Amino acid sequence: MRSKTNVGTGIGFALILVWCLLPVVWIISLSFKSVDETAAGSPQFLPKDPTLQNYREILTNADFLAALRNSFGIALIATGLAVVFATLAAYAIARLEFRGKRLVLSMALAIAMFPVVSLVGPLFDMWRTLSLFNTWPGLIIPYMTFTLPLAIWTLSAFFREIPWELEQAAQVDGATSWQAFRKVIVPLAAPGVFTAAILTFFFAWNEFVLAISLTSTTSSRTVPAQLSYFVGPDPFNPPYGQLATASVVVTLPIIVIVLLFQRKIVAGLTSGAVKG
Amino acid sequence: MAAIEMKNIVKKYGDGFPAVNDVSIDVADGEFMILVGPSGCGKSTLLRMIVGLEDITTGDMVIGGKKVNDLAPRDRNLAMVFQNYALYPHLTVFENIAFPLRLAGAPDSEVDSKVHNAAKTLELEEHLQRKPGNLSGGQRQRVAMGRAIVRQAEAFLFDEPLSNLDAKLRGQMRTEIARMQKRLGITTVYVTHDQTEAMTLGDRVAVLKRGVLQQLASPRELYENPCNLFVAGFIGSPPMNFLPAEIDGTSVKLPFGTVEIPADMAERVKGKGLLIAGIRPEHFEDASVIEDSRRSQGSIFRATVDVVEWLGNQAFAYIPFEAPPEVQEQLTQLERDLDGESMRTQVVINLDGASQVAEGNEAEIWVNTARMHLFDPSTGENLTLDADKAGEVPDARAMEIAEEVGREQDEAGTTT
Repeated sequence: MRSKTNVGTGIGFALILVWCLLPVVWIISLSFKSVDETAAGSPQFLPKDPTLQNYREILTNADFLAALRNSFGIALIATGLAVVFATLAAYAIARLEFRGKRLVLSMALAIAMFPVVSLVGPLFDMWRTLSLFNTWPGLIIPYMTFTLPLAIWTLSAFFREIPWELEQAAQVDGATSWQAFRKVIVPLAAPGVFTAAILTFFFAWNEFVLAISLTSTTSSRTVPAQLSYFVGPDPFNPPYGQLATASVVVTLPIIVIVLLFQRKIVAGLTSGAVKG
Repeated sequence: MAAIEMKNIVKKYGDGFPAVNDVSIDVADGEFMILVGPSGCGKSTLLRMIVGLEDITTGDMVIGGKKVNDLAPRDRNLAMVFQNYALYPHLTVFENIAFPLRLAGAPDSEVDSKVHNAAKTLELEEHLQRKPGNLSGGQRQRVAMGRAIVRQAEAFLFDEPLSNLDAKLRGQMRTEIARMQKRLGITTVYVTHDQTEAMTLGDRVAVLKRGVLQQLASPRELYENPCNLFVAGFIGSPPMNFLPAEIDGTSVKLPFGTVEIPADMAERVKGKGLLIAGIRPEHFEDASVIEDSRRSQGSIFRATVDVVEWLGNQAFAYIPFEAPPEVQEQLTQLERDLDGESMRTQVVINLDGASQVAEGNEAEIWVNTARMHLFDPSTGENLTLDADKAGEVPDARAMEIAEEVGREQDEAGTTT
């Protein structure tokens, strides 16, 4: 019976893996194909004649490199700010009793549920008036705003898990409130902080609607927006190989970040703090 | 090191819940003070007010001659061991113990020597580089103690430090705490709900009920001269027996028969009618094993023994009895206050191991009436209290006051 279920589970896993990874493999395969091959009527799955030509072209394309720089800069700054603000806000929400706490939390949730598209028009007008159009802050501010609610919710859940006694013990041991927060609470909430940071970074990295609407040149356009300008000379024959290559290049940092932070997101870091 | 004076301390929470009511306790320099009582008696709240984690509603907290009401915990220089130890899980044992020193900005060499000293005292040396998560309960407890002893604190505060340990380890750690306190000679306030810890550790013990101080005395004084029914029932294991008693001159009618009491005791309870007699299990004995010289100091009655538990050096015999409703009600209430289950009314007798009394036998039982206490059933007050040997009793009506507070607490609890 047991081996039967194991076989079933194995087959299930294999099916799901194929389903999820097939598109990824297809894109990677495309990125190694030459233009002749992608232009053919029915190209085969694996490249007939693998070439690095697409990568060479993409990595020397000045526009793409500028977009990559913008993406990194904007995503990192938005993530950093969002995490700092969210940590402070979530700590206050988890620890303090104050009027309007529920209001803050429900407002945060409401913002998270608000459709981004409906804000594009107003933001476009506002940003033009405030000279934020086509600038880094013009994207950093909305990215931060849209990711803060989720970060606050994630982090306040983490803070609530940390026994309050730890902070009190630190205070009795001679710490100021700030020292107790920095030396005891923040290290313990690190998994939460990293989770929030990753989620924020993904959002900012992948975001398209605002990126295409609030930018006009490569001085602030991010990669997802820049990709839509990869049309090539023939409108009926887009450069599939190059698009696939660009996709692979922008996916790599995400994979690296997840692998790096995965070690940090270990559950049960607080085990041993209290009896149990 | 410093004395701690609590003057008329009151703690009322925002919802009107009166947790601590007008408690005054002086802890002398170097004294081991125990705060004891059943759950919800305000003992932990009182401790947290000493350390500064809880605001004081009214009253003065004076540590080392300085009023500390408005000082933050870090400015009071006290060391505390929490019930759940509150170790920092991301730091090694070494850094956990070093934490207070690091905050104080001590140089590395000093930190190193002090931590190693503390670790040596607590036999934690081979665990210094481990994380708290990999330690056993007893080891974690010792790390929490290490964090307290590593610095020159004015006083140690313990909040039920042993309640999470198993019975054997608890006994060992209890001795260890007592030894360490004697060696360091540091003022200590220790909160517990366990009367054994209270009796064995404390120089003096403060018994609290519903946030009202009942009696503040040495363990011996509490045991021999409890000021009211609550203290009498709380201190001692197995607990004191409570029996309905009708007074008539020098003779007292108990459920098993009439016994004689000394004349001076009879004088104090003259004309009181129905009372509650309190007799400790060891003040009964099998009449056949008592020496003739002691026999005359007490009275003898006959009763049928229900159950006998023989332990070798001693035996416990149980004798059930019927109590009149007035007394029954007070005893049921008392059981509840002591966190106990209301069970049948019975007398527990501590017999000599040599006694041959068996289950179902009708035995001759001797009772030392000179050691009997008589309590007023309505107020719970000990009418036969020897005030000179009872330590401090803040109010003879302390038990009644606690019951009033209890009603207030229940109201505050239901309205919120």
